Amino acid sequence: MTTTDERPTRVADPEFERKAERAEALRGFLQALPSYAYLVFFFAIPLVIVFVFSFASRSRTGRPVLSDWNLDSYAKLFQPIVAEIVARSLWLALLNTVLCLAIGYPFAYWLATRRSARYRAVLLVLVLIPFWSNFLVRTYAWRVLLGENGFVTEIGRALGLWDKLLFTQPAVFIGLLYGYLPFMVLPLYAALERMDWSLVEAARDLYASGWVAFRKVTLPLSKPGVIAGSILVFIPSLGAYVTPDILGGAKTTLLGNYIVRQFTAARNWPFGAALSFVVLVVMLIATIIYFRTDARTI
Amino acid sequence: MNVPTHAAASRNADRALSVHGVVVFLFLYVPILLLVVFSFSDASNLSVWGGWSLRWYRKMFTNDPLLRSMRNSVVVALVSTGISTVLGTAAALALERYRRWLGKRTFDALLYLPVIIPDVTMGVMLLMWFTTINWSLSLTTIILSHIAFNISFVAIVVRARLANLDPSLEEAAADLYADRWQAFRRVTLPLIMPGIVGGALLALTLSLDDVVITSLVQGPGSTTLPVFVFGLIKRQVTPEINAVSTVMLLASMVLVFGSLAFQREPRAGANPEAP
Repeated sequence: MTTTDERPTRVADPEFERKAERAEALRGFLQALPSYAYLVFFFAIPLVIVFVFSFASRSRTGRPVLSDWNLDSYAKLFQPIVAEIVARSLWLALLNTVLCLAIGYPFAYWLATRRSARYRAVLLVLVLIPFWSNFLVRTYAWRVLLGENGFVTEIGRALGLWDKLLFTQPAVFIGLLYGYLPFMVLPLYAALERMDWSLVEAARDLYASGWVAFRKVTLPLSKPGVIAGSILVFIPSLGAYVTPDILGGAKTTLLGNYIVRQFTAARNWPFGAALSFVVLVVMLIATIIYFRTDARTI
Repeated sequence: MNVPTHAAASRNADRALSVHGVVVFLFLYVPILLLVVFSFSDASNLSVWGGWSLRWYRKMFTNDPLLRSMRNSVVVALVSTGISTVLGTAAALALERYRRWLGKRTFDALLYLPVIIPDVTMGVMLLMWFTTINWSLSLTTIILSHIAFNISFVAIVVRARLANLDPSLEEAAADLYADRWQAFRRVTLPLIMPGIVGGALLALTLSLDDVVITSLVQGPGSTTLPVFVFGLIKRQVTPEINAVSTVMLLASMVLVFGSLAFQREPRAGANPEAP
């Protein structure tokens, strides 16, 4: 146990201590071993497999053949169609992250600054419900609203704003925004709720205007929440599959659908592996940025 | 929390924030509420209201493939949650309670990856791996895949709870001649129970939610409810899907309130209930 060393030690024999420490290390290792082995076998090795197979060539059935190593799958990434899908996915994921932040920040700020603790708790539960609700069901709700004769479609028609939204890029975008907004709000709320608000008061006492106090105190202090929320929205948006599949059409294919298609209809596993690997690299870069920036704020 | 006195500088700014807050809540809730209401409509078309009826619920409970997928989902969720809760809790204890052991840092990093990796990538990885080692896709491969992502979520939730635990309580148990197992069983375990239950409920939710990974690693006849519903939605929109969705939302709701009830922090200084 971590605290054993803080207790007054009755035995000062270094040999004994070393043995005790070794026993302690063994115990920790053995406790982690089942999950460690599980994650190696069902996560780490599959991760390596994806990388290896992205260099393989494909057989007639689409399965990878472990010979004839080549870079064909990576070369294919630069084809205009593929580049367009990658660019569209990145753009939509980025746009979604920025909009979730723009909508989610004032929302989380409002939640966190309510005076009554009970009122805050009730509001938090109201945010948690959509967060925990089935993602597919929440996307389906928009499938109906945006459909032919759907509520939103009718409103748009009455106002002369739009005629058809389903299976277009705006529909996919609404779905992503709706799906991932709670993922942005919760970390922001957590950061703002934990914040020491007396610092804002101190700034105000020193004649900072409300806006300056916000910009110089609140915003920097809530930065970990901003970064965590952005990562939580950006990464799943980039790999989105359900939303574009239900709300989008042929012209709105995103990376997620395109990858899955390589394993189903298109039968090109090595290419699917290469695409997955690209997503992984983007994800890792985003995560590294997260940990770097997070460390800096502490 | 200390309440900000200056934070809401002007009344107008606060009013604008409140309006924004209400609009966001409407945005979050109106679609779900409409979906639920229309599951009780008698019309077979979702664009008109046909009067109250339970017709789609009756239809749902006579739809055999749907019921089979529901059963599969329950099996997958329960088995994967059970296993990942035990493994994830052990992992959390190993990381929080033991200072140094072989490969600890690597394990720490490995444990976080399944949380941040996009579903599609994880599904593709597992599909390629199962194919490589020649495992035929079935309910078992779905369960194995769900355990792979659930271990991490359970471990993170339990770890958060362990980190907030007062170590002197365990020391007190040791001083009173409790052996390691007794101290764990009587002190640590009851104290981290809310974390374990919270992690398990999160695992259940994630398992019942998953479409992407399951649809990649499922075998013939092993479809789960969300994957089955996903297929239905792509074919056609019917009030029956609204009825199924309402049932799924109800399940989510039970899990949220269950987790809230268990996650409630004990008041500072107060003794958490003993077993």
